[in-house]
Amino acid sequence: MTRTDGDVLHEDLAAGVRDVTPLMLGIVPFALVAGIAAVDAGLTLAEAVGLSVIVFAGASQLAAIDLLGSNAPLAVVIGTAVVINLRMMMYSASIAPYFADYARRTRAGLAYLLTDQAYALSIAEYERNEDRSRWRYYLGAAASLWIVWQIGTVVGVVVGAGVPDAWGLTFAVPLVFLALLVPAMKDRPTTAAGIVGGAVAVVAAGLPLNLGLLVGALFGIAAGMATEVTAT
Amino acid sequence: MIAGLDAVVSDPRVWAAIVVIGAFTYGIRLSFIHLFGRIDAVPPRVKRPLRYVPPAVLAALVLPDLVTVRPSVAATLLDERLLAGVVAGAVAWRTENVFATIGAGMGALWLLRFVLLA
Repeated sequence: MTRTDGDVLHEDLAAGVRDVTPLMLGIVPFALVAGIAAVDAGLTLAEAVGLSVIVFAGASQLAAIDLLGSNAPLAVVIGTAVVINLRMMMYSASIAPYFADYARRTRAGLAYLLTDQAYALSIAEYERNEDRSRWRYYLGAAASLWIVWQIGTVVGVVVGAGVPDAWGLTFAVPLVFLALLVPAMKDRPTTAAGIVGGAVAVVAAGLPLNLGLLVGALFGIAAGMATEVTAT
Repeated sequence: MIAGLDAVVSDPRVWAAIVVIGAFTYGIRLSFIHLFGRIDAVPPRVKRPLRYVPPAVLAALVLPDLVTVRPSVAATLLDERLLAGVVAGAVAWRTENVFATIGAGMGALWLLRFVLLA
């Protein structure tokens, strides 16, 4: 490693940090809600932070917190969270060719930081600018998200413990998902997946073992695939 | 005192869930990043359903929190959470901004709960 390498590291890492900054406007409230919801469900600060560090995937964290709070069986908590995180397999597949030259250990580290935002930013940058150091740019964006996510969780736990229940702060949880859902319904099959998934989940809300979410999601996925077939 | 102690002591169920979900989630993240080189592309049979995971899962997470089916249509529709959710949904659609969506939804909920339906 020479001095010039050090300069390059700085520039590409900084570019990742710079590009991810506007997205923090969406991440900060999401992280706060993850902390607030955790206290509300009776989790300790250590458990809330453990969830954010070990799982580090917001939507699945919120679903797991909700199910743990309503005493769902462990298998349902795990199954639901895992289904929610399955989407990251797409990101893993899509970004894999760009990481193919790195050592196995490097790839294992980069994979831990993979999120919706880090993926979306990096893929766009790799296609735009081939001279970028891929891992440095990715690390700049992904590690920034990680740090903000952990701080936000802790602040959420502290703030959430002091706010009266009547304010209904946990209502922010479905609102976060709503803000992510609307842009995810971008064509006919994805819209069908959303409508059917949501409707089935409402009807199935009374199912035993809190299986409503899982059943709704599976019906939604099937509806998306069926609509895709009829449209073509 | 016992109730207070109870709240501080960790529930082993919670840690079990955290560790197992964390392990699966890491496996999902690592999957193709690790495999690349051994297999050329994602099989279409895997890729197709994955495209519909985000809308299906998100909708299944959101709607049951906004809608509770009640005996009468009026009681189902005149729910503060559903009304606030509709406001937030409109803001989400116009702005695609998480901050604005939370602000509009919470504002609408408080307005309904403390002023209009109080």
